[in-house]
Amino acid sequence: MSQITDLSFSELKKALGDRTLSSVDITNAFLDRIETLNPTLNAFITITHDEAMQAAKEADAAISNGTATAYTGLPIAHKDLFCTDGTLTTCGSKILSNFVAPYDAHVVSQCKNAGLVSLGKLNMDEFAMGSSNENSYYGPVKNPWDTTRVPGGSSGGSAAAVAAQLTPLATATDTGGSIRQPAAFTGTSGLKPTYGRVSRFGMIAYASSLDQGGLIAHTAEDVAHGLGLIAGHDSRDSTSANQPVPDYTETLNDSLKGKVIGIPKQFFDDRLDSRMRHAMDDVLEVFKSLGATTIEVSLDHVAEAIPAYYVIAPAEASANLSRFDGVRFGYRADSPADLMDLYERSRGEGFGSEVKRRILIGTYALSEGYYDAYYKKAQQIRRLIRDDFNRALSSCDLLFGPTTPSTAFVLGEKTADPVAMYLEDIYTVATNMAGLPGGSFQAPLIDGLPTGYQLTGRAFGESMILNAAHQVQLATDWHTLRPEGV
Amino acid sequence: MSLTSDDVKRVAKLARLGLTEAETTETLAQLNSILELVDQMQQIDTHGVAPLAHPLELKQTLRADAVTETDQREKFQAIAPQADAGLYLVPRVVE
Repeated sequence: MSQITDLSFSELKKALGDRTLSSVDITNAFLDRIETLNPTLNAFITITHDEAMQAAKEADAAISNGTATAYTGLPIAHKDLFCTDGTLTTCGSKILSNFVAPYDAHVVSQCKNAGLVSLGKLNMDEFAMGSSNENSYYGPVKNPWDTTRVPGGSSGGSAAAVAAQLTPLATATDTGGSIRQPAAFTGTSGLKPTYGRVSRFGMIAYASSLDQGGLIAHTAEDVAHGLGLIAGHDSRDSTSANQPVPDYTETLNDSLKGKVIGIPKQFFDDRLDSRMRHAMDDVLEVFKSLGATTIEVSLDHVAEAIPAYYVIAPAEASANLSRFDGVRFGYRADSPADLMDLYERSRGEGFGSEVKRRILIGTYALSEGYYDAYYKKAQQIRRLIRDDFNRALSSCDLLFGPTTPSTAFVLGEKTADPVAMYLEDIYTVATNMAGLPGGSFQAPLIDGLPTGYQLTGRAFGESMILNAAHQVQLATDWHTLRPEGV
Repeated sequence: MSLTSDDVKRVAKLARLGLTEAETTETLAQLNSILELVDQMQQIDTHGVAPLAHPLELKQTLRADAVTETDQREKFQAIAPQADAGLYLVPRVVE
């Protein structure tokens, strides 16, 4: 038999159900692997060893006495921007380096209620701002496929932890690509649900009209299990959608015969790297062999998604991050002379440079006299982008493209140039602007490094995305490849 | 539109964000390159397009105006930088 940590979430679920493994066996195996590999990868900020072992024992007791759910005893780890009652929640920032959250995020309590065992809190770019995980106060995460490379960001810890088999399932969040880009860089499956599908209660806010919680795992099937647990209406998030939650696992095996895949021509223009184009062609061949057809579609305003995003997201961030002021929780500067000094130094010392840049850009864009030129203009472009997507998706079932322009880049390669880093998200940002669900799934390796293809669906069409990706995973082995040497 | 170092200082003040001189200088160039990227928006004609605030334009839901939160002051103040007798302490504001 393979090692416990080789198993996917779905395989572990089966082993627990058959009682061939106990939750204590599983939890021990993953905690041991974390202890061995985390010093190299830095995927976890906090490892909740004792709490996890306690929860595993309780899970095994629940399984024996018949009070378990279908998921009791399975492991998960949470991105460190989900508040966890009684556990350090840093959001990758110095300003929250002493913040023990006093309550659970909705996503966390849903997982707890289902009996999942949390292994700890995962590293990330500070306040989810970044595409390489190099903006963490707790140090960069290394890509398990090549530790000289970044794992992507901002959910770099989530992606690296799954890729290195430190956890079979991880929560993550995506504001402009922060689930999909790291999934592509680490050879994992990641899903950003429709805006409003998953409650943002207890998710530390970056850009509230774009943020959405989701998952990273080895397979689409694993993500389908996880999404069923965390999706659904929550009255504590007023933007949470009151839509029924389907059983995402039930439609995984639907046929793709007759499904229409839209290929946005802007994603396949001359700028696309030829090796990436070949990898995408390989995936499209599989879709065609499964009975799907393809059509070309156009997203006319997709090029403006990044410029508009870098107004909307920083503007919302500048408002959201005003709560970190050194008064009620978090870091406070030593010996403040007066209240203004307390605010300015607590924030100046507590935030890292990328967070400061975005607060400044956002504050500037919202300041007197600039609103029409920046925020209003960006929101107008946002409507044009949203309308493009809706038009395209009226003629096809899913949109297809590369998740990223290239494979994972080398640590330090883009840190000096913020704009170069922003362009990493060129294929992912528009999906957030349109509020639609998007997933990244494993495509063929390029030079031994993972790549991802992206599927974007209609609003609340997560089932179709997961179904399509699952069918490809049944027909290929790209999702079974694991990094060697870690 | 290009920012000056005085603009950066003014905006930092509005954001209550302390910046060192070195940070101000470094940030200035970076903010200008970001604004250059952002200015690509101006190429798009948005005349008559309504701004979009919520991607799905769902209606804000309202709940009954009832007390649903319990008093957790002690739990919340246990993680405060400085609190005493139920109050958050800050430097003196009024002389």
